[in-house]
Amino acid sequence: MRQAEVVIIGAGPAGLAAAKPLLDVGAEVTLIDRSAMLGGQLTKQTHMFFGSEKQHASKRGIDILKLMVEAIETYPNLTVLTETTVVGLYADKVVSCVKDDHYFKIQAQYILIAAGASEKSLPFENNDIPGVYAAGAVQTLMNVYGVKPGDRVIMVGSGNIGLIVSYQLMQAGVQVPLLLEAADTISGYLVHASKIRRLGVDIRMNTSIKRALGETSVEAAEIWQLDENWQGIEGTETIIPCDTICLSVGLAPLTELLQQAGAEVKYVRELGGHVPKINQHYETSLDAVYACGDVAGIEEASSAMISGHIAGIEIALKAGYTVANANDILPRLRHDLRNLREGPHGEKIRIGLKKLGVA
Amino acid sequence: MIEKTGIASLEQVKQEFPDKVVLKKPKAIIECYKEIPCNPCHTSCPFEAIYIPEDINVRPKIDFDKCTGCGICVYNCPGLAIMVTQIKDGKIAMRIPYEFTPLPEVNQTVYVVNRAGERISEAKVTRVQISEKQNKTALIAIELDEQYLYEAITIEVHHGS
Ligand SMILES: Cc1cc2nc3c(=O)[nH]c(=O)nc-3n(C[C@H](O)[C@H](O)[C@H](O)COP(=O)(O)OP(=O)(O)OC[C@H]3O[C@@H](n4cnc5c(N)ncnc54)[C@H](O)[C@@H]3O)c2cc1C
Ligand code: SF4
Ligand code: SF4
Repeated sequence: MRQAEVVIIGAGPAGLAAAKPLLDVGAEVTLIDRSAMLGGQLTKQTHMFFGSEKQHASKRGIDILKLMVEAIETYPNLTVLTETTVVGLYADKVVSCVKDDHYFKIQAQYILIAAGASEKSLPFENNDIPGVYAAGAVQTLMNVYGVKPGDRVIMVGSGNIGLIVSYQLMQAGVQVPLLLEAADTISGYLVHASKIRRLGVDIRMNTSIKRALGETSVEAAEIWQLDENWQGIEGTETIIPCDTICLSVGLAPLTELLQQAGAEVKYVRELGGHVPKINQHYETSLDAVYACGDVAGIEEASSAMISGHIAGIEIALKAGYTVANANDILPRLRHDLRNLREGPHGEKIRIGLKKLGVA
Repeated sequence: MIEKTGIASLEQVKQEFPDKVVLKKPKAIIECYKEIPCNPCHTSCPFEAIYIPEDINVRPKIDFDKCTGCGICVYNCPGLAIMVTQIKDGKIAMRIPYEFTPLPEVNQTVYVVNRAGERISEAKVTRVQISEKQNKTALIAIELDEQYLYEAITIEVHHGS
């Protein structure tokens, strides 16, 4: 069996940020990702990031990613396994992987899960016909492969992802006549909402999709208004022609591997679903198994980078390395993270972390 | 209500504008109506005219005395929530962020739209500014009638002929 000192599962902003301090102290790091490109969600973010300048705000996601990869790629103690999917994780820190139909195991001493999240779907009639896509898939099509998903898209969900993907669709020359939200207020940042509203996107609250219409692919969406319990109101249906329905209704942490290994998880709605119980060192209930980034609760790239940085240092310390200035850096990073979570948009995270018992 | 529509009300918009006398010189107008964890406007301004404290969720506050209207914050704001406006001779000169291709050309006539995305007027492009450091956000300068001061927010480029 292959041996590795530290295995990081997931090379998004969290995993990349964690690798750096570990590589700096000389730890042998194996970074695994199932996609061909490093960067996780960042590979498809062509928009300028919000957040603090310390986490590269105002740069575009893809450029942030380039900086993060450049910061680690030349270390001789780094092994990168791309197009490699981790299919099993065991409490004795054995990681089983599949690459090109080839199956192998790695015995690790320390494991960091930074696997991110998967997109939630929405139940409605005909939601399985071609033309109904998740927002992430649409972004990958457009921004990674340069393919337009359709010509006329109805967006469902007013979180930042729905707002930003609507904008990117319009930049690609796709019409977005309508964005629907089941709740009674816009859930993402108002600046992003105003940005698409001024481009003519009709943003409607208390509205959702009843069914997709079309024989072989989407030809229209039947939408309806919702009451305060999010139930559709009969008689309010309207039919809007479109060739694509894009769903952006939330993300769920990818905790399956952790659950399989027997790590304690808890369902916390505010964090997106089942999340691992972690302590303040980002260690799960399993010894030497850590989790950070979206897999530990849906947040943002900026917070994923900070939590990754902290987790990387914590693992280095636990493994007995001396991390220069750790006593200065760790409190500063924790402070930055708290800072990001201040304000009305951080409330959900604050409540979630409290429920999880880590804040 | 902006929380439901994405459209700021006229009162909200007016609160972000200084007195018209101040607009004899170009000034940044910031429309960032809700606390979000974001601060590039503050960190990018070379004249320290925009202030966000240590808690980056606090809304940006502009000091119009310090603002030179340089436009640097305009292309650094990921929310595209800032423009530069000036009043001269009964006309307004606006510089707005623009991220669509193809870019309009100088002297081209474009539609001017309001916060609801409705065309309210036409205007001539007076300048198109794009450089490496702007990171793909162009600044488009247009001139239009003063009556649209609180209404004009972006442009729509005519397509086809
Ligand atoms: C449209 C959109 C816009 C956004 N805009 C912003 C923004 O402006 N500012 C901001 O701060 N944040 C933004 N975000 C959020 C940000 O992208 C995420 O919060 C961040 O990427 C989470 O980082 P992560 O490293 O935890 O996970 P991810 O980026 O999701 O990375 C996880 C990685 O793990 C890999 N992986 C998962 N499971 C396995 C497995 N079993 N085996 C191998 N590899 C695996 C995946 O392939 C992926 O590469 C945006 C997100 C979206 C979708
Ligand atoms: S226009 Fe220039 S001086 Fe004025 S706030 Fe923006 S960056 Fe600062
Ligand atoms: S950079 Fe833009 S979106 Fe961010 S706080 Fe400043 S004005 Fe608001």
